[in-house]
Amino acid sequence: MNLLHAVISRLPFEWAQFEFMRNALLAVIIVAPLFALIGTLVVNNRMAFFSDAIGHASLTGLGLGVLLGLADPFWALVFFSLLLGVGILALQRFTRSSMDTVISLSMCFSLALGVVLLSRGGSFNRFSSYLIGDLLSITAREIGQLFITSILVGGGLLLGYNRILSIGLNESLARSRGRGAWWPQMLFCAAIALVVTMNLGWVGILIINSLLVLPAAAARNIAHDARQYVLIAVGISLFCGIAGLITSFYANTATGATIVLVAMACFMATLGIKWRKARVG
Amino acid sequence: MENLAQHHIGLAPHLCGECCTRIEGLEVTLNHHSILEDITLHLHCGELTTLVGPNGAGKSMLLKAILGEVRHGGAIHFLPVSGHGREDVPVIGYLPQQLDFDRDSPINVHDLFATAVSRWPVALWYSRRTRRAALESLRLVEAEHLIDRRIGQLSGGELQRVLLALSLTPVPNLLLLDEPVSGIDAAGRELFYRTVSDLRRRFDLSILMVSHDLAGVIAVSDRIVFLNRRIICLGRPAEVIANPDLRRTFGLDLASLETSRP
Repeated sequence: MNLLHAVISRLPFEWAQFEFMRNALLAVIIVAPLFALIGTLVVNNRMAFFSDAIGHASLTGLGLGVLLGLADPFWALVFFSLLLGVGILALQRFTRSSMDTVISLSMCFSLALGVVLLSRGGSFNRFSSYLIGDLLSITAREIGQLFITSILVGGGLLLGYNRILSIGLNESLARSRGRGAWWPQMLFCAAIALVVTMNLGWVGILIINSLLVLPAAAARNIAHDARQYVLIAVGISLFCGIAGLITSFYANTATGATIVLVAMACFMATLGIKWRKARVG
Repeated sequence: MENLAQHHIGLAPHLCGECCTRIEGLEVTLNHHSILEDITLHLHCGELTTLVGPNGAGKSMLLKAILGEVRHGGAIHFLPVSGHGREDVPVIGYLPQQLDFDRDSPINVHDLFATAVSRWPVALWYSRRTRRAALESLRLVEAEHLIDRRIGQLSGGELQRVLLALSLTPVPNLLLLDEPVSGIDAAGRELFYRTVSDLRRRFDLSILMVSHDLAGVIAVSDRIVFLNRRIICLGRPAEVIANPDLRRTFGLDLASLETSRP
């Protein structure tokens, strides 16, 4: 850790002299590839709205954590996000309503419950930092945690990657091949819940989903096969994370949101490449 | 994948003609509505059985019952086939009704095979063995050249052939095809039927195919089952098309059949 700090601080940039920036950079480098990996599955399985709902559910988890008087509401957040994910999948199977309706009403419910719980006593403002997030507040200990959880989640996700992808291509085809089991979807759901919750502190509830979706959506514009898709998404995610972090330092803006804007620019750029190719070819 | 290689060497040139799958008194009820009643049907090795019937007759439901996707009454017995090195538990290949894939998806045909048959995450690396197995299956349906094509760029007929190749990996004992040619042009249909017909002989496969294209399936089917919640009639194609109920349901098809193929 100290070594990494020493290396980064040798860089001839103003921002590299600040410890909080070095911490933030490490966090981005750890988390960006994981976001991209999950994002490729989220986008391909058309679950962008689903992951959005899980992200928003963490507000309710926070409310529950506060209600129960937990010092660190982390596990309450993860638990509630997971519960909502499972709930959405189960409700959709049970009612056979369309997925977007089920997600929308689950999300509204959890948001409302979260706001009600957190606004008891009339002081919601205390929690508004969770809406926007603050990357620069991240500590060295948190980076260690991020690293370990990212490895675990990423590894687990890679184990189920083929299954999840084939379910996304066509569920009944996957099921007929014995690949439509319940667990890959749950694993996927758990991965989204964990990763969203882990990173909530610095990105914020409002925009965390775009970090999942944008790099993958951009990669989709130019990738020709599944491996390229993931590699390009990881590349874009890293680039946007680092570029956004540095830009936010100089522009003095919220980091998470700045990263999202850079990612959006990447998306537009790849879209341009795709259109040009379509016109030429 | 290893199994696939074995089957290729041990092709069955003869047709054993045994009963591979016996469906006895099968019934399906959904939300108190009876969908299928009293279905008794024996599928033989090396035979192509075609299911025809009006919309809502329960044709796809029957395939799903065989796959074990819906709860059903009655019994389905899969007989172990001796001498083929196959296990008692049958491998069922399934080609679902026209799939709507996301046209923009960056998934190519090789990825489709890799995600379905291999555990190595396609996100990390491609194994050469998987690619060989995919090529070998694609060769069966004359679609090797499509391996690096994105799924969204395939035509309807190409996609169906690729999915047929996938359903043959590993080579199944029973192959279920659900309206494989709907929305495909005449040339594509012709090629598809020819391929399926060859495959059944080559691998001594029993095939159950749902189709609306009565005119097209008469030439390739060994047996036709006319289904409308129950089996209305069943037999060789020539016998079945004489059935008056079937003639009423497929009136137009038969008229065109008689004029176009004297």
